[in-house]
Amino acid sequence: MIACAEAVKQLWEYLDGALADPDRAAVEEHLSFCRRCCGEVEFAEELRGFLAREAAEEIPDDVRSRLIATLDELDTVQ
Amino acid sequence: MPSAEQRLTRERFRVLAEEQLPRLYKLAQRLVGDDAEDAVQDALLKAYRGFDRLEHPGAGPAWLTRILVNVCRDRGRARARAPHEVSIEVVGEFSLYRKIADEDPFPYSDSLHLDFLEQFGSEDVRAVLARLPELYRVPLVLVYVDGFATKEVARLLEAPLGTVLARLHRGRKLFERMLWEYAEEMGLLRERVR
Repeated sequence: MIACAEAVKQLWEYLDGALADPDRAAVEEHLSFCRRCCGEVEFAEELRGFLAREAAEEIPDDVRSRLIATLDELDTVQ
Repeated sequence: MPSAEQRLTRERFRVLAEEQLPRLYKLAQRLVGDDAEDAVQDALLKAYRGFDRLEHPGAGPAWLTRILVNVCRDRGRARARAPHEVSIEVVGEFSLYRKIADEDPFPYSDSLHLDFLEQFGSEDVRAVLARLPELYRVPLVLVYVDGFATKEVARLLEAPLGTVLARLHRGRKLFERMLWEYAEEMGLLRERVR
């Protein structure tokens, strides 16, 4: 049976589905009785969504126009 | 005067590049921040020069991504001459979840952890990502923001899978720790007036 420190170390890998079967089973067993680590898992999941959501920025119109202008000038590229 | 073949090549490239522009720009924004436009422009020029070597049109998006990632990494290296690995001892077993619970930044909140994340706007998150060493930022962004599989990232970065996984692990821990440090520094650890 693994302790909290070991489970926490593997939480993101667990969420990524990147753990080998025995490690995944060990994390799941730990989560079955450790409420605090369940909170860690929920938070790690939240944090992943937050990172994907908040780091995004649409391309501004003026930047898009300038980059398209680059494509228009490709004939001059050697 | 370009030949008919050159015009056709240029048109094929233009269709591919224009379709991929929004995605490429977003990726560059996360990798090099304010240099994103220049990085995309460099990548487009490099890609155009090598476009005739692209054998399968279906591989175009991944091929453009690889070129852009390399351009961004070169820019990152030019800025920080010595990208160094952070040892796991230095990162420690930092847990943002426990840190928030222990420090209790919003003592009157029932949803402490979510409230912590809500203090961050998109610009704050990008600022924290920009503070991460390039070595960790690139795989973190490719996997968690752009949804690449770790094996694809290993191919893109031409690094062994184990190296990518280790950098992801350290990158996640560093990101958690830097979120906390940024929040302290920017005065985000105060409950907003609702």
